[in-house]
Amino acid sequence: MTTNVTEHLTPSDYAAIARELDAIRDEISADLGDHDADYIHRIIRWQRGLEIGGRALLMASVLPPAWVAGTATLSVAKILENMEIGHNVMHGQWDWMRDPKIHSTTWEWDNVSPAEQWKHSHNFVHHTFTNVLGMDHDVGYGILRVRAEQPWHPANLPQPVYNALLAMFFEYGVALHDLDLEKIRKGTADPEVTKEKLRQIGRKIRRQWGKDYIAFPLLSGPQFLSTLSANFSANIIRNVWAHMIIFCGHFPGDVDVFEVTEDRLEGESKGEWYVRQLLGSANITGGKLFHIMTGNLSHQIEHHLFPDLPSNRYAEIAPRVRALCEKYDLPYHTGPLAKQVTSTWKKIFRYALPGPKTVPVPPRAPLAKEAVAA
Amino acid sequence: MSPQATRQRTPVRRLVSATRWLTTPLLPEDYLGLVNPLWSTAELRGRIEHIHPEAPGTVTITIKPGPDWAGHRPGQWVKIGVDVDGVRHWRTFSLSAPRTSDGRLRLTVKTNPDGVVSRYLAERAEPGEIVRLEQADGEFTLPSPIPDRLLFLTAGSGITPVMAMLRSLTESDALPDTVVVHSARTADDVIFGAELRALAARHPRLTLHVRHTATDGRFKPADLPDVCPDWTTRDAWVCGPADMLDEAEAHWRTADAADRLRVERFRPVLAGAGGEGGRVRFCASDVTVDADGATPLLDAGEKAGALLPSGCRMGICYSCVGRLRSGQVRDLRTGEVHGEEGHLVQTCISAAAGPVEIEL
Ligand SMILES: Cc1cc2nc3c(=O)[nH]c(=O)nc-3n(C[C@H](O)[C@H](O)[C@H](O)COP(=O)(O)OP(=O)(O)OC[C@H]3O[C@@H](n4cnc5c(N)ncnc54)[C@H](O)[C@@H]3O)c2cc1C
Ligand code: FES
Repeated sequence: MTTNVTEHLTPSDYAAIARELDAIRDEISADLGDHDADYIHRIIRWQRGLEIGGRALLMASVLPPAWVAGTATLSVAKILENMEIGHNVMHGQWDWMRDPKIHSTTWEWDNVSPAEQWKHSHNFVHHTFTNVLGMDHDVGYGILRVRAEQPWHPANLPQPVYNALLAMFFEYGVALHDLDLEKIRKGTADPEVTKEKLRQIGRKIRRQWGKDYIAFPLLSGPQFLSTLSANFSANIIRNVWAHMIIFCGHFPGDVDVFEVTEDRLEGESKGEWYVRQLLGSANITGGKLFHIMTGNLSHQIEHHLFPDLPSNRYAEIAPRVRALCEKYDLPYHTGPLAKQVTSTWKKIFRYALPGPKTVPVPPRAPLAKEAVAA
Repeated sequence: MSPQATRQRTPVRRLVSATRWLTTPLLPEDYLGLVNPLWSTAELRGRIEHIHPEAPGTVTITIKPGPDWAGHRPGQWVKIGVDVDGVRHWRTFSLSAPRTSDGRLRLTVKTNPDGVVSRYLAERAEPGEIVRLEQADGEFTLPSPIPDRLLFLTAGSGITPVMAMLRSLTESDALPDTVVVHSARTADDVIFGAELRALAARHPRLTLHVRHTATDGRFKPADLPDVCPDWTTRDAWVCGPADMLDEAEAHWRTADAADRLRVERFRPVLAGAGGEGGRVRFCASDVTVDADGATPLLDAGEKAGALLPSGCRMGICYSCVGRLRSGQVRDLRTGEVHGEEGHLVQTCISAAAGPVEIEL
């Protein structure tokens, strides 16, 4: 670990943290019911209504007010679909309802990344190995240097520009994510698997472009170009927003990264896993509507502790997690959007340049075994 | 010929596939559903229109099915998916009426005091609610041509599929010589009591015997000759509690008349419930393995050579879910035993609780 904020924790602390967080999970799981089902049904209805509304407005997209209103409505619809609905459904947050229409195994979302590939790279790789350098490809998305521990390379110099481009075309970054660029570069990826993944991405891109850049523009007749530009803008707005929220979830300030050690992944106890999730995530403060528009990833900490609990419950879990952090003297990273964004971008700029030198922390004595026994 | 070539490219089909370009990754019906939820081709739906009390603890539910409903034969059952406390539950109910002229379906549901779905339907469901349906199925029906002499032996809610057949026969004036022997606890408990009596009064070919078990004791197959001396030569339909069906099957077998008997069980015979561990069959992989009650299905399957989807192996990523075909599993996190046919379970945190078949 790069910091020593957990040095004071004893094996029995870890065991107690695991017990307390498990208890929260059990309590919420047992309480799920109509109220939650109504919530996701309502959000889905709203999302579809907004999408129809936005597309309808854009049937008059030559008129500037209709262009603006239509683009804004469609952007909101796309953001809701990708974040509060798609991301969370694919996490299995709504699987308890046993509705095959709102289920992690069947959901396909409205962007160019095929759901199946995303579920692997995100749910499994990122959520299991959160912020473990070299294992979690979300650390810098394979192209950015966001940690002092990552070796510097001259190619990192223009990374603020890369990051701006990544923000605009984030959905493509996400789509390419599961290809594991690192492995492809090293030649260790199975070329057949890579080819099949690329074919899937190609199919998804064709369908998405067919809809946004051909079908709807054609449907609006002579306004082909203005509708196309509106759809393109809505996709960019969604991309920039999603990128901003997601980067704020793991990179601001003193959020931790973790060195890979054998016991980190092999013998890690439940308590240690929880603590790693806690320290590796950051929240964003805001109002109810803001939380919905971030897909409740503004409660990134709660999401990482309980990735499959319904997102509408994170707000009520948050104060309890915070209290737990105080009790065990652990940091709880949170702040307003502007602060988290600034701090993230500062890092992008800072680590474009070499350094600073890091002092390697001596590996901690493994405590997993005792913690399990405790 | 490839399936594509045989499928007709009708104009309607072309239009539908064109609109799919507009709604991808969803289906046109996901948007049309905002207007009318019954317009769905991906899953058959119905809307509850009326719920009316039929007898104490029993309600009849009238459902308007979506346009894809293919109809049913009297005596068949339908699977219905109902959301109770946000969770989808599927149960089977006999259709208690033949198809009405307005295309409505009718189910008659008796509340099980500990039951999730029957209590929900009787006590909490409201007209207007959308339910999921599957097409009607079942062989507890009238053959064609209709035999000359019929016998219906029922108890409690077992009257429901028989009522559909009786209604159909009397409506179409095709009622042959028919004996109905029905048991209920008391006169008040007889589901469709008034209607049965009216039918018997109107149709001389229909003979009705009602047994009130609270005062007269349970009806035994041995009592049959008293009410229906020629029972061995009649085509018979029997529906009621499990022990009554078991007795009937034995009785008809002994009388060498088993080929005339049809039974409908409302409750499948449970095999190996409650046991720990069991034989696990991974259907798609065609792998069978004996697993103990502490080993995740995922581990057991992999050890036996099945190629199974997995990810975190700790219950967070849902990479490993499979559909249960039969049996139950124990959630190794909570110890809870759960599962019904069609449920999706996470194999990495579920162990077998008795024999399990899973579609992986
Ligand atoms: C082919 C078929 C046709 C059916 N037709 C009808 C019908 O027309 N009308 C009707 O009311 N029901 C009918 N049933 C039964 C129905 O499907 C449900 O099993 C019943 O309503 C109980 O469901 P529940 O959700 O209320 O109870 P659950 O929550 O499933 O069960 C609660 C408790 O009751 C027990 N139990 C479950 N089912 C039964 C049962 N059938 N008998 C006794 N105990 C049971 C369970 O083991 C459990 O302990 C039919 C079943 C089948 C298979
Ligand atoms: S492998 Fe992750 S939930 Fe099962």
